[in-house]
Amino acid sequence: MDPIVILNAGVATGTILLFAAIGEILSERAGVLNLGVEGMMLMGAVAGFGTVVATGNPWLGLVVAMLAGGATSLLHAVITIHFQADQVVSGLSLTFLGTGLARVLGEGLSKAGATALLPTLTIPVLADLPVLGPILFRDQSVLVYLGYLLVPATWYWIQRTRPGLHLRAVGEYPTAAEALGVDVYRLRYAYVVAGGLLAGLAGATITLAIQPGWFGDLTVNGRGWIAIGLVIFAQWSPFRAALGAYLFGAISRFILDAQGPDTIMGLWNPFHFVHSLTFFLAMLPYVLVIVVLVVGSREAVRRRLGAPAALGTPYVRGERGA
Amino acid sequence: MNAGTAPRRTGLHWPVTIRLEQRLTVPRWLSPALTIGSVAVALLLSAIILAIVGGDPVRAYLHIFEASFGSIGVLSDTLVKATPLILTGLACALAFRMRLWNIGAEGQFLLGAWGASAVVLFPILPAGSPAIVVIPAMMLAGFLCGALWGLVPGVLRARFGVNEIITTLMLNYIALFWNQYWVFGPWSERGFQLTAQFPKEAWLPRLTDLADVVPLFSGLTVHLGLVFGLVASAVVWFILARSRWGYEIRLIGDSPRAARYAGVDIGRSIILVFFISGGLAGLAGMSEVSGVVHRLQDRISPGYGFTAIIIAYLAKFDPLRVVIAAILFGALILAGREIQPSGVPAMIQGTILFGLIASEVLLRYRVRIERHGMVG
Repeated sequence: MDPIVILNAGVATGTILLFAAIGEILSERAGVLNLGVEGMMLMGAVAGFGTVVATGNPWLGLVVAMLAGGATSLLHAVITIHFQADQVVSGLSLTFLGTGLARVLGEGLSKAGATALLPTLTIPVLADLPVLGPILFRDQSVLVYLGYLLVPATWYWIQRTRPGLHLRAVGEYPTAAEALGVDVYRLRYAYVVAGGLLAGLAGATITLAIQPGWFGDLTVNGRGWIAIGLVIFAQWSPFRAALGAYLFGAISRFILDAQGPDTIMGLWNPFHFVHSLTFFLAMLPYVLVIVVLVVGSREAVRRRLGAPAALGTPYVRGERGA
Repeated sequence: MNAGTAPRRTGLHWPVTIRLEQRLTVPRWLSPALTIGSVAVALLLSAIILAIVGGDPVRAYLHIFEASFGSIGVLSDTLVKATPLILTGLACALAFRMRLWNIGAEGQFLLGAWGASAVVLFPILPAGSPAIVVIPAMMLAGFLCGALWGLVPGVLRARFGVNEIITTLMLNYIALFWNQYWVFGPWSERGFQLTAQFPKEAWLPRLTDLADVVPLFSGLTVHLGLVFGLVASAVVWFILARSRWGYEIRLIGDSPRAARYAGVDIGRSIILVFFISGGLAGLAGMSEVSGVVHRLQDRISPGYGFTAIIIAYLAKFDPLRVVIAAILFGALILAGREIQPSGVPAMIQGTILFGLIASEVLLRYRVRIERHGMVG
C-alpha cells in the first residue's frame, strides 16, 4: 500500500483512459459525439496484439492498432456526417460491431502467451525529483511519456492555432464556419478519425504495454465508456482529462492493492478478511463517474461552460443552422 | 437540394451525377422494405466477414435456423430466449420513443433478478408460502428494483440535466458488481458463484408442467414470463398509442420545444418513463430467475439489455413489433451460443443496427442518378 507505487501505477493505467478521452475530446470539439469508443478500443487492442503475436514487433502493432481504431471510426464518420444519422445510435452500433468483430478476430489470441512489449524508460535526471520523480518518470512505458506530450500539444492545438480555431468553430457554429470558407464535412471527418486513431492507441496501450494479453471484451471492460464520462468531467479540456484519467487509474490500482494488508493506516481492513466486499470497491470508479457528471453538470450551468454548441447535431450543407 | 454525397465536380468527369433529394412524402411500403432490406444486407456483410476469417457462413446461418426454428422443442427454447428480450426491448422502446437513451436495461434487468431472488433468499416471505403469494411478490420486487434502478438516471436527468447515456451505462457495471457481491458472498452456495436453488413455489409455471394433461407439452420450457411479455407489449402499446400521456411522450420525443410550449411537464415524464422502463427490464430479470434459472448466479444475462437496444430500433419503437424482433434475436442468441468464433452474434447485431440507421437516409432522401448535360 505504498502511495508512490499506487500513483505510479495509476499514471500508467490512466494513460489508457487519457488517450481515449483526448480522442473523444477532438471528435466532440468538432461536433460529433462518438459513443463507439469501447468498440474502437477493442479493435485497436485486438489488432495491435494480433500483429505482435504474428510479427513480434510491438511498434508495428502500435501502428496497426491505431489504423484499426481509425478505420472503425470512419464508419461512424460516414454514417453521421454524410448520412446525417443519429450520432447516439450510430455510436452504440459501433460499440456492438467493434466488440463482436474484435472477438471474432481475436479467436485463439487469448492462448498466445507472453509477447514482446513496448519498452519502459526511466528518465535520468527527472526520475530523481522528490515525490514526482518516482511517480511520473520511473519505469514508465514509452506510451506514458507520449501521453505527457500529447496533453499540452492538444491544448495548444485547440486553443492557440488557426486549425484549432477552425475546429472549435465547426463544433460551435458550423454554419458560420462554412461561411468563412471552412470545409465542415472535411474537418469533422478528420477529427472523428483522429479520435479513432487515439482510441486504437488506447487499446494498444492495454495489450502492448500496461496489461498485456487478449481477454475478449474483458480486455477493455468498459473503459471506453469511462473515457466518455471523463470528457464531460473534463469539460472538453485536455488538462482536466489528464487529471481525471490519472485519478481513475490510481483508484483502480488502489482497489487491487486494498485486499492485501490486514490493516490500512492502522485501521482494520475489512477487504482483507471478507473478499466479497471488494466488489463494492470495484463499483467505485463507476460511482465516481456519476458523481463527477452531477458535479460537472452543475458547474457547467454555473460557469456557463459546456458542450460544443453543435455537438450531436448533423450539419446539412445549405440549411441554416440553429 | 444537395446533401453531401454529390461527387465534387472539380477535375473528375463522372459519367453520371448521384444526387440526394429531400423527400416531401414517404411511400408507406418504404419503411418496412428498408428494415427488411437492411437486415438482409447486414446478414450478407456478416457472412462476408465470416468467410474472410475462415468460417463457413452458409453452414453458420443454416445452423442458426435449424437450431432455433427447426422443431417445436427448439422453437420453445427460442421463445424462452425471446421472453427477456421482449420485456427489455419494450423498456428501451418506451424510453427511446421519448428520445431518452436508457442504455441501462442490462443493469435494471440484473437488479430485477436480484429483487426477485431477495424475496426467496432473505427470505422476505416465510418459507413454505404458496406459489400464489410468492410469484406475485417476486414480480413486484423485480419490477420495483428495476424501476428504482431506472429512477436514478431519470431523476438525475430531469433535475440536474445529467446525460442519461453515461449514467445508465455506469449503473450497469454497478448492478453487475452488486449481484456478484451477493452471489459470491452472503448468498453463495458452498462457495460457488451461485445461490441455492429456489423452492418450487418460486418457479414460474412452464408448459412442460402441463404434460400430464397435454402430452404434446412434455419438455417444452416456455414459461409464464412469455405472457408477461405479451401483456406488457399490449400495455405499452396502449400507453403510447391511445393514452393522453402517450401523446405527450411522443410529442416530447418529436419536438421537446413544442411540448414545452404546450405546457407538458417534461421532467415528470422523464422520471415516470424511466421508472416504467426500468420496471419492465426488472420484470425481465424476475422472469429469468423464476422461469429459467431458478436461482441467482453470476452472468445471468448474455447481454439481453444491450440486444434490447437493437430490438427497439429494429421495431421502430413499436411495442407490437418488439415482440417479433425479440423472437428473431432470441433465435440468434440461442443458436449463436454454439457458433464459433463466439463473437459472431454480437457482430451480426452490430451490423444490423448499422444497416438500419444507414438505411434511414433513404427515408429522408431520394437518390437521383442523372446523366451529365441534363438540367440539374
